[in-house]
Amino acid sequence: MDAKSIHERLAQRFGDKITAFQPEALQPFAVIAADAIADAAAFAKSDPELAFDNLMCLSAVDHPKETPPRLEVVYHLYSYRHRHSFVLKVHLPREDAHLPTVEETWGVANWHEREAFDLFGIVFDGHSDLRRILLPDDWVGHPLRKDWQDPDFYNGMHVKPTPQMVDRFLAGEKIGVGPFDFTPPNRHVE
Amino acid sequence: MSSSHAGPAPEAPKGPVSNYNVPGLRSEEAPGWRADQIDVDEMILNMGPQHPSTQGVLRIELRTDGEVVRAARPHIGYLHRCFEKHSENVDYPGVVPYTDRMDYVASMGNSLGYALAVEKLMGIEVSPYVQAIRVVMAELQRIASHTIAVGTYGMDIGAFTPFLHLLRDREKILDLFEWTCGARLLYNYNWVGGVSHDLPEGFIRAARQFLREFEAITHPELMDLLIGNKIFIKRTAEVGIVAPELGIAYDLTGPNLRGSGLTFDLRKDEPYCGYQNYDFKVCVGEGQFGPLGSCFDRNWARALEMAESARIVSQALDALEKMERADVHEKVPKRVKPSKGEVYFRSEAPRGQLGYYIVADGTGVNPYRVKVKSPCFTAMSIFHVLARGLYIADIIALIGSLDVVLGEIDR
Repeated sequence: MDAKSIHERLAQRFGDKITAFQPEALQPFAVIAADAIADAAAFAKSDPELAFDNLMCLSAVDHPKETPPRLEVVYHLYSYRHRHSFVLKVHLPREDAHLPTVEETWGVANWHEREAFDLFGIVFDGHSDLRRILLPDDWVGHPLRKDWQDPDFYNGMHVKPTPQMVDRFLAGEKIGVGPFDFTPPNRHVE
Repeated sequence: MSSSHAGPAPEAPKGPVSNYNVPGLRSEEAPGWRADQIDVDEMILNMGPQHPSTQGVLRIELRTDGEVVRAARPHIGYLHRCFEKHSENVDYPGVVPYTDRMDYVASMGNSLGYALAVEKLMGIEVSPYVQAIRVVMAELQRIASHTIAVGTYGMDIGAFTPFLHLLRDREKILDLFEWTCGARLLYNYNWVGGVSHDLPEGFIRAARQFLREFEAITHPELMDLLIGNKIFIKRTAEVGIVAPELGIAYDLTGPNLRGSGLTFDLRKDEPYCGYQNYDFKVCVGEGQFGPLGSCFDRNWARALEMAESARIVSQALDALEKMERADVHEKVPKRVKPSKGEVYFRSEAPRGQLGYYIVADGTGVNPYRVKVKSPCFTAMSIFHVLARGLYIADIIALIGSLDVVLGEIDR
């Protein structure tokens, strides 16, 4: 099926939940409402004409300069049975972004969603194991957001020296904490 | 614990308080892994991050009952180098060296995928000469990568010698790469719109010499010494069975999926770089010694694929011989600045389908967003499903058969 008929098939079922369709893009995509994505995923996989059995990629993109500012979650679908592909997008607000998980439909979404949570702060409701995946558990913030600022410290260690630090160091001040300067609290030892 | 060496407490972190943060679950709070949920008979066993058979810095937590693994969860991220953040801060050609560093065992495949993605975004079509060079390099790299994959896999489960034989042939390929572009591991070879260096004088002859040696000696040796080895078969043929549907749902790709008997190869099914002009077979697992889709079948597909890659290289060299030499920088744009748009392009890297999702905003010379769908990342995400109920020794066999490179998982 080509992109137009895939869109029609989805539009038949989900009606005005599909808010936009871009047939003339290099790879045509449809925008779907956040609350409908889990149903749409299940439908896209189970419907014999669509049969999207494979989620090629799940990515998040931050668009702070659009009006209104938004986060996008992009689903690249592929069907091994029919050898066609399609792109679904979900628009989310940048603060308090959350949408239903699709890990029930495609198992691989589990890790992709964890990555999107880790790097963008998008919460996938109903996810079985929403932990950070690439960054450490105690990391604060979501670095792939466009307004990310590097922290000064991570666990008491300087992340990167600033020019002011160099000046203070040259003036004789002790900068930062060495690994042996203190004992970090160890929750495993009483 | 003694607190004698405890110094003054560090000042409160002036951390990224302005940054938006959503707290997530911590590892020890995750369902199924809380201290009160662990059975008295069960023990948590940490494997890695320095375990030699985890193919890199991978840490796996196993919940074991005696020798049997009840549950497993991999912890990744030890090698996270912020590829995606970096690529938003350099221009399009500047991303190529970073792609090399993702899957450091198969750098040619990574940069090829990226170059093709950007070319698709900009509508650049490279000359058949450059395409043939790219095919030669990509397929030599596939052989080199599979020698590591199969060789270290043999080593993981107790066969040391095949690894040495295979590494000998990998050296020859790396020599060819070094001769062409000066680097042995991280090449920066596939540029947007071309390749960095033309093939040197005499390359074709040297490559043919390598292919002769590989096809006549190393490959039959590998099949005899390792793949047909009774111990190897016994250790792998009934472990880690992946049904095709499961593999597709977890997005296993490349030899991992073909091991389950599914004939799908992007070089055949969505040809790029002129792969449609070459005659080669897609190698799949056959399940000769056990259920289809086992660790053995994945390695079987990989081992056969090496010979097919050698055939493709040979044909590409034939084609190159008939062609006039052309300028390999002919289509390299002076300024890579795609107009607003986005593309998802996947190519068949040695470890599976490597996908690049590139968003261009049309204003800057930097990519707005580059997301990599790494075949190793998705292969690792199925691990907890396959590991359930295995013996600890079989976990080693399972990790190796998925052929993951941690540099690509963590990016």
